[in-house]
Amino acid sequence: MSEQEYTPTSKAGKWFNDRLPLLTLGKHLTDYPTPKNLNYWWTFGGILTFCLITQIVTGIVLAMHYVAHADLAFASVEHIMRDVNYGWLIRYIHSNGASMFFLAVYIHIFRSLFYGSYKSPREVIWIIGLMIYLLMMAAAFMGYVLPWGQMSFWGATVITNLFSAIPLVGDSITTWLWGAYSVDNPTLNRFFSLHYLIPFLILGLVVLHIWALHVPGNNNPVGIDIKKPSKDTVPFHPYITIKDAFALLVFMIIFAGFVFFTPNVLGHSDNYIPANPLVTPAHIVPEWYLLPFYAILRSVPDKLGGVILMFSAIFILFVLPWLDTSKVRSAVFRPIYRQFFWILVIDVLMLGYVGAMPAEGVYLVLARVGTIYYFLHFIVVMPVVGYLEKTDPIPMSISEPVLSGGAEPSLARKVNDKV
Amino acid sequence: MTKSRLRLFVLSFFLIISLKPLQSAEMVDPIKVDWSFKGLTGTFDRASLQRGFQVYKEVCASCHSMQYLSYRNLGEPGGPEFSEQEVKAIAASFEIEDGPDAQGEMFTRPGRPSDKFKSPYPNVQAATAANGGAYPPDMSVLVKARKGGANYIYSVLVGYEDPPPGVTLDDGVYYNKYMVGNKIKMPNNLMDGLVEYADGTESTVDQMAKDVTTFLAWAAEPELEERHKTGVKVIIYLILLTILVYLSMKKIWSRIDSEV
Repeated sequence: MSEQEYTPTSKAGKWFNDRLPLLTLGKHLTDYPTPKNLNYWWTFGGILTFCLITQIVTGIVLAMHYVAHADLAFASVEHIMRDVNYGWLIRYIHSNGASMFFLAVYIHIFRSLFYGSYKSPREVIWIIGLMIYLLMMAAAFMGYVLPWGQMSFWGATVITNLFSAIPLVGDSITTWLWGAYSVDNPTLNRFFSLHYLIPFLILGLVVLHIWALHVPGNNNPVGIDIKKPSKDTVPFHPYITIKDAFALLVFMIIFAGFVFFTPNVLGHSDNYIPANPLVTPAHIVPEWYLLPFYAILRSVPDKLGGVILMFSAIFILFVLPWLDTSKVRSAVFRPIYRQFFWILVIDVLMLGYVGAMPAEGVYLVLARVGTIYYFLHFIVVMPVVGYLEKTDPIPMSISEPVLSGGAEPSLARKVNDKV
Repeated sequence: MTKSRLRLFVLSFFLIISLKPLQSAEMVDPIKVDWSFKGLTGTFDRASLQRGFQVYKEVCASCHSMQYLSYRNLGEPGGPEFSEQEVKAIAASFEIEDGPDAQGEMFTRPGRPSDKFKSPYPNVQAATAANGGAYPPDMSVLVKARKGGANYIYSVLVGYEDPPPGVTLDDGVYYNKYMVGNKIKMPNNLMDGLVEYADGTESTVDQMAKDVTTFLAWAAEPELEERHKTGVKVIIYLILLTILVYLSMKKIWSRIDSEV
């Protein structure tokens, strides 16, 4: 790596850098050799960083005006919406920002699944990423509780009640989580505290995520190891920064569309009804980004079984690098796995859809089929296809897309088409 | 190949979505009204907001609170935009409880623009008890708190009917075509000519329902006009910036033999 030789040009810079090599770090980040064939699915890392910072900044401002008390929370949110200067804008950015964050993270995760970015030597990046995703879900869930509307209250009741399914100690754990004998003011208070804490934990993990990424370097659509730096790579700045900026701006246009023109479309109207422990909403549904897991939870008639299966659906992803037996990373060269990848995408979307529907009749059947397939994909399809699949020829490098002799000039194009 | 997969993908997704009608069909879709505040540049009809406030004040306010609004909001841009004098007069027409004073006594005084809308009942329990066990919901965010929003509120206001044969209603329960479950404890309060509009508009049930719904839509989203205006500017700015960044990107990437 080139940073060892880096010396700042200014005297002051050198003095500082000898004591704390921040400038060396900066140099490493700008020079960081990046595969030149990264497509737009790779811009979501930068977009996610933007989402996190947006949530933290808007969240800090909201916390200045929000009151975490069961009697005052709903009113304080209305105070933000009506009396705080641009309070409506800050809150709508924050609430829609959560949805945009999850949209981006799902694309990021499925990109990783398609191109095999979780595979050796990037397992640790993948696992840290999943930890971030888990914390994101916790933060989002607790954030949704804070306005203390009907969905806040009943969502919190449903989710915290899941822990009561644990044998013997379940009820004690639930009471401990609540800090009361039901979801009540102490629950709201601690959720606010944790909701403020978690984003900073995520920030720390993001640093580790990027650090771990910078050890092996980026995967790429071709999925091959590349020499760095070489003619297959470009320096991160300005090539990747400008591309990330372009993608981020397109993302921001969509984001702004939600914030300014349909700010409540992703939320549930019941959450504008103040929390009422005596009235249960007709359908308790979580935010859209948690629906696939909600569908898995409800597909099992047994409560404990449902909880175990729901958590397994997430934790199975942690062992994914070892369930995938294929030596080829990118699905571009895996004709069979590629089909299964898209079936998984449809499966997860379907689970999300039935998660929003009442758990009865055809929806329950679909939820069960979707759940079974979800696990089959990881436990059976990934190991078996990895062994049996005849993969397409893999190029030697990004610049020379053809393996050898048997010239296939279309391959380079094919790679580009896929992405 | 990519295309056919995409088609399969889209097709299966819509297949799943189209299952929705199988769901229970107990609710009638609300009437679709062409509200002036819909759309990307929608704004409120000022006159309709003022009339709507009148309906609220003379009809709804005897049972429904609007506790998150202040009288000053009535004069703010993007709302009914009553003049400063009008707002002061409206506020002063309410007796507001204040205190405690230096002697520790509560007292009443004429309202000020900074006061919140006066609630008809001291608390939820009193409101519930006075209305046959059904709490008349606070209307500050009612339009955002109901699926279907303004269309739904309007539809309920005009959706009173005689119950179909076979449906028996308890005392104090009314049949409403659009209400979830069709049973509502709020009587049909609107009848032609009920209020005398200051601007001379004929106060038909339909007109009053539209006006008061417009007023409620504003009450729920008083920032709507500013939001729409700012949104258009933000999107235009972002699009221009995106174009500039795109051209810069093309220029930068032209230095190497790779596509972006």
